[in-house]
Amino acid sequence: MEFISQHPVLVASIIKIAVLLFIVMTALAYLTWAERKIIAHIQSRWGPYFVGAHGLLQPLADGLKFLFKEDITPPVTDRLVYTLAPFLALSLALSAIALIPFGPPSVPFPFLHGQQAWSITDINIGLLLVFAITSIGVYGVALAGWSSNSKYPLMGGLRSSAQMISYEVSLTMSVVGVVLLAGTLNFNEIINGPHGQSGYWWHFIPRWNVVPQIVGFLCYFTAAIAETNRIPFDLPEAETELVAGFHTEYSSFKFAMFFMAEYANMITVSCLATILFFGGWLSPFPDRWAWQIYLPGAGLVLLGIYCAYDTVTEMRGIARLQLAVVTALALGGGLLCLIPAVAGVIQGPFWFTTKILIILFFYIWMRGTLPRFRYDQLMSFGWKLLLPVSLANLVITAFVMIWPWLRHG
Amino acid sequence: MSLAFILFFLCALLAVGGALALILSREPIHSALALILVMVSLAVLYLLLGAPFVAAVQVIVYAGAIMVLFVFVIMLLNMGAEEHTDFSKIAKFAGWPLALVLMLWIGYWLAHAQAGAAIGTGAAVEPASTPGLSTQLFRQYLFPFEATSVLILIALLGALVLARKEE
Repeated sequence: MEFISQHPVLVASIIKIAVLLFIVMTALAYLTWAERKIIAHIQSRWGPYFVGAHGLLQPLADGLKFLFKEDITPPVTDRLVYTLAPFLALSLALSAIALIPFGPPSVPFPFLHGQQAWSITDINIGLLLVFAITSIGVYGVALAGWSSNSKYPLMGGLRSSAQMISYEVSLTMSVVGVVLLAGTLNFNEIINGPHGQSGYWWHFIPRWNVVPQIVGFLCYFTAAIAETNRIPFDLPEAETELVAGFHTEYSSFKFAMFFMAEYANMITVSCLATILFFGGWLSPFPDRWAWQIYLPGAGLVLLGIYCAYDTVTEMRGIARLQLAVVTALALGGGLLCLIPAVAGVIQGPFWFTTKILIILFFYIWMRGTLPRFRYDQLMSFGWKLLLPVSLANLVITAFVMIWPWLRHG
Repeated sequence: MSLAFILFFLCALLAVGGALALILSREPIHSALALILVMVSLAVLYLLLGAPFVAAVQVIVYAGAIMVLFVFVIMLLNMGAEEHTDFSKIAKFAGWPLALVLMLWIGYWLAHAQAGAAIGTGAAVEPASTPGLSTQLFRQYLFPFEATSVLILIALLGALVLARKEE
């Protein structure tokens, strides 16, 4: 007990890291489920349906399958680098999420004095550090491609490192406009600082950076998709050309780690987009609407009611039991969130998660809609269109910041 | 022992070990990886000295940009293990004495430095603020800053001209 009271930072951080890791790992697993479901419905299919009700246990089955598959290392590989690459990819992708604030800093950590509940760290260069971590993320892919000592992985690795270097420039340039507006690199201040995103234009449009920085946001989102190697920029793993790109030679859990790293990167860039352009954990509704604190609870209760209806009318046998458990969880959680004290505390994470889920849905929607770019199109798009546009956005923002009369017209 | 103290020695060890691995390993890509390790551990040392901005930029620029290009080139040329050559004659006769002199010199200054002056006091040092740093860079040191950037641009153009194929 004495140790805990003497090291509040250490203890609080370890607890928060453990909880966040658990939540992120679960979210990664269910993101694959959501992706398969959404893509399936876009293509008029059902998607996973048989492992658990609505395929809800599919991620678990996939995870177990990966764990028990044979881990094959081709004899011609560079053993050290081959093993290092997936670990590098996953650990970097996960550590970037640790810098994200999921709620307002005003919510205290229970029992420990002076600690925040909703963010692991609150440092002044949060944005820079996230970019630092994601910029090393290239190595996972590049080294995997090289160390496999095989044609297609090498091509995939080369493509992906070229692509990630190119688009990283635009990615960084497109957010500098937001940094200029906010005047800080601290996430919480970008959200709610003196030049933050709280308040309203004409009393109803939230003062989010996406309005003045719409060009910056479009550049950011495009570059972010390329940076995470997703369709329409998924050339590093284009299966019609390169088998599977950089992870062709990987099997079993090492392959799963690349897979998880990709989804973790998706979550990271969605978190960044939310913080920089959509007001982070701020609610879109004005403070005077007091009823909004009951929205999370009400949403969960509605989900519970839908699940209950589905349980009774659609499900048979064991699936009915499984969905009944989901119903009970949703209803119980919803009722818990309707208690005013709890509802006040979870406001920040609720809005943050909602915004992230919407952005992730856009990601998946795009995968169901768009075809893949050709490689030369990708390069000329990045260097000849995206970079000039984001630079122009930066220059114009800077001019508007210097000459205030431009702002007030 | 404070956390900063442990962290310092861990990163110092990693930096030195990485530097040794960089020189001693045969595979170019292992050398490049060791250099990345050195740079990241140096970034942590900057962080301990209260310069978070420099630390982040160190990782972004060196580890994230320059070394990616190195690795990219190594991959592109698909270089194998280095071959061992004989030492040059100058290295044989002048190298070892010079290294010895250098080591003695560094040892002398280390012995006369104030022991532990800036080590393990990471939290006590006032962190250099990013606005303060950029104000200095763009007001007081504007000329050297711009001169350096022009120099880099010239080097880039020079490399382009040299690498271009004759038509």
